[in-house]
Amino acid sequence: MNFTLHVWRQKNARDKGRLETYQANDISEDMSILEMLDVVNENLVENGVEPIHFDHDCREGICGACSLVINGIPHGGKKGCTTCELRMRNFKDGDTITIEPFRAKAFPVIRDLTVDRSSMDRVMQAGGFVSVNTGGTPDANALPIHKDTADKAMDSAACIGCGACVAACPNASAMLFVAAKVSHLAVLPQGEVEREQRVRKMVAQMDIEGFGNCTNIYECQAVCPKEISVKNIAKMNREFMRALAK
Amino acid sequence: MKLESKVPSGPLAEKWDKHRFDSKLVNPANKRKYTAIVVGTGLAGASAAASLAELGYNVKAFCFQDSARRAHSIGAQGGINAAKNYQNDGDSIWRLFYDTIKGGDFRSREANTYRLAQVSNNIIDQCVAQGIPFAREYGGLLANRSFGGAQVSRTFYARGQTGQQLLLGAYSALQRQIGLGKVQMFPRTEMLDLVLIDGHAKGIIVRDLATGKISRHAADAVVLGTGGYGRVFNLSTMGLGCNVTAAYRAYKRGAVFANPCFTQIHPTCIPHTGDYQSKLTLMSESLRNDGRIWVPKNKGDNRAPGDIPEDERDYYLERKYPSFGNLAPRDISSRSAKEACDDGRGVGPTKYGVYLDFSEAIGRLGEQAIREKYGNLFEMYKLITDENPYQVPMRIYPASHYTMGGLWVDYNLMSNIPGLHVIGEANFSDHGANRLGASALMQGLADGYFILPYTIADYFAQVGAQNVSTDRPEFDEVEQAVRNRIDKLLAVNGKRTVESFHKELGLIMWEKAGLARNKKGLTEAVEQIASLREEFWQDVRVLGDNDEMNQVLERAGRVADFLEFAEMFCYDALNREESCGAHFREEHQTEEGEALRNDKKFAYVAAWEYKGDGVKPELHKEELKFENVELTTRSYK
Repeated sequence: MNFTLHVWRQKNARDKGRLETYQANDISEDMSILEMLDVVNENLVENGVEPIHFDHDCREGICGACSLVINGIPHGGKKGCTTCELRMRNFKDGDTITIEPFRAKAFPVIRDLTVDRSSMDRVMQAGGFVSVNTGGTPDANALPIHKDTADKAMDSAACIGCGACVAACPNASAMLFVAAKVSHLAVLPQGEVEREQRVRKMVAQMDIEGFGNCTNIYECQAVCPKEISVKNIAKMNREFMRALAK
Repeated sequence: MKLESKVPSGPLAEKWDKHRFDSKLVNPANKRKYTAIVVGTGLAGASAAASLAELGYNVKAFCFQDSARRAHSIGAQGGINAAKNYQNDGDSIWRLFYDTIKGGDFRSREANTYRLAQVSNNIIDQCVAQGIPFAREYGGLLANRSFGGAQVSRTFYARGQTGQQLLLGAYSALQRQIGLGKVQMFPRTEMLDLVLIDGHAKGIIVRDLATGKISRHAADAVVLGTGGYGRVFNLSTMGLGCNVTAAYRAYKRGAVFANPCFTQIHPTCIPHTGDYQSKLTLMSESLRNDGRIWVPKNKGDNRAPGDIPEDERDYYLERKYPSFGNLAPRDISSRSAKEACDDGRGVGPTKYGVYLDFSEAIGRLGEQAIREKYGNLFEMYKLITDENPYQVPMRIYPASHYTMGGLWVDYNLMSNIPGLHVIGEANFSDHGANRLGASALMQGLADGYFILPYTIADYFAQVGAQNVSTDRPEFDEVEQAVRNRIDKLLAVNGKRTVESFHKELGLIMWEKAGLARNKKGLTEAVEQIASLREEFWQDVRVLGDNDEMNQVLERAGRVADFLEFAEMFCYDALNREESCGAHFREEHQTEEGEALRNDKKFAYVAAWEYKGDGVKPELHKEELKFENVELTTRSYK
């Protein structure tokens, strides 16, 4: 397969950046889009051009590092799929593909397609945990938890923290990311003690980092590679109101 | 050099208790006077950094990923073992210990392995308290499954993403301490060298991967939780950033490296499809609970799997190992797959693949039951291969997955360099020559949560807080060495890409030091690696500069280290004239092709000491003493 790529190149945070055009020829349909970029990069280096920089690591859809906007959609628009899992067989031979970084005020570009997502870590530092120290915890089976509750918590906990929800949202809101963590811990008895202060602190930090508000567009749910539901946002809003009332 | 294991005396079951009592403590008020550097934020690193900070120490944590949450522990799918015996099926600490030491083919240290089994139960308690959503039964209690060759159900799991959930638990504990100001976190920062002061590890030199800035960090102790070196094979299931650099730099500063040739090749990966690949995807081993592995009986049988009648299929694991069948340990299962393919009976486009067939289980349990157990894995498989495993058998092939070898540590998880501690996959101590399924997560968290925080205190109390300054000449010297090496990489300005060297190295290693090894191949490999390394330094092309994000430069440094490390690896494989666990020397096998161990000559840890570039490292031996288990032949028939 052959493709024409328009790829965002930006030397550093101060550079204005622009789309450059590259050819990707003899691409196998079994390749992922990142493997295609590997091939393009090998050619670039052989021709003395610095390669396209992008974040990636596990290449199996779980680490959350890869962060490309492909033809305008974070992770490329295939349901339940990260960039690294997206195979070229999902494109047509001869297609033109535009590749850009995740864009948001809270995700400044470092170089080319790599962005700084440490804002999400700082939201987690504000309250995305249960405050237990190592040791001294009760026997794991001392606290029975309904299977449905555990499953529900797991649905929310599946978030990989990639930030596609932010990149897809017209408001660059991180509500789905934050709500997934708030919901995961709010439904479990372990999260009960800090329930109110957790949601208050995480929402406050989310605002400080410059993430926008939710206006129910649901783009976040559509692009989430782990298919996390916007119901989590409703849950977080309820948690937030509940915390305010306390 | 004498390697002192420092295993405490007394009965096996009482050693850890006794040791904790005999170890020195640091007064709570004095803990804030000590700083620990923790490199790596996987299960071991994150849990250690968080636990040390909770105790009151100051911690500086480093990871090369853009966030601590992305360390490759996140990729572990199947589960974590513990000796809870919740299923009432006969499990115990002793059984978990025995299975682990036997699974490792009696090449691990008895006391360390026993301690691992002991603390396994605390890990599950800890993780549940953090809110990790483990799978549960309808009564609300925790669910377990049998995993990777175990005859009891002792594996705890969170769907097919247990590693992710455990890592996020450790990550959240770490984030909490960062928020509280007890941990200073340095993401996108790579350790490039270790600084010794008066023979003690007291600092590191790092490069900020976003800006290229080189900086110095001093502490009272350095902890490496930097993972394994499986990417020496290039093609592996590890994350693409996984590397040996931190451990190898410590080796070059005097830390001895133990059993590098003990590397695990995982049997259930998706076969590779072309030369462009540098990463293979693992399919959880749990699939072997219900999938049956087979190849056609006849060579060159190109029929579709469904067209091959039952009596023309060879369910080779069930045939050769009737009592364990498809659950035979990883090394045995991997080797058998390679044998079948080398025999011309492999399947798929490259013929390097075997079938993992669920049709019998689907017939017996129904598609819905299989979907509930493995739904996400089946989806992942379909996404990658475009084949539907509910209808056609999966194809799998072995790939490099985990490394049992690592920096040598004593019972305190301290290397032979005082102050340098090594935890998780980066050390060598608990898995011997082969790791059992669902034991990696257990060991990472055991080291980080429950062992290192105790043992490091003993070191601190002995040496006292030193408040080391980074202005010392030792830091000048090491920083200059780091800068010189980067300049040298940038100055080569040759023609070949870094990736092409990595691929060539990987191919040599896979062919000659992979699933099966022999003297001739390993000797050739040593020569080929040396000449490839020479070519690298003459012809590698590293574009760009140091003072910016430069992913080529990052990789070049890592591949340069692999090119040296690989040679030590081969020396170790050459030296070990026996077959044990994942290390299979073709000269040492039974008539039936099974591994032939030599306990008389090789019941030792082979620890290699750096003696200069291009010079064969010096071998030191730690004799393994087995006071509580009898060295039996590992039989899974």
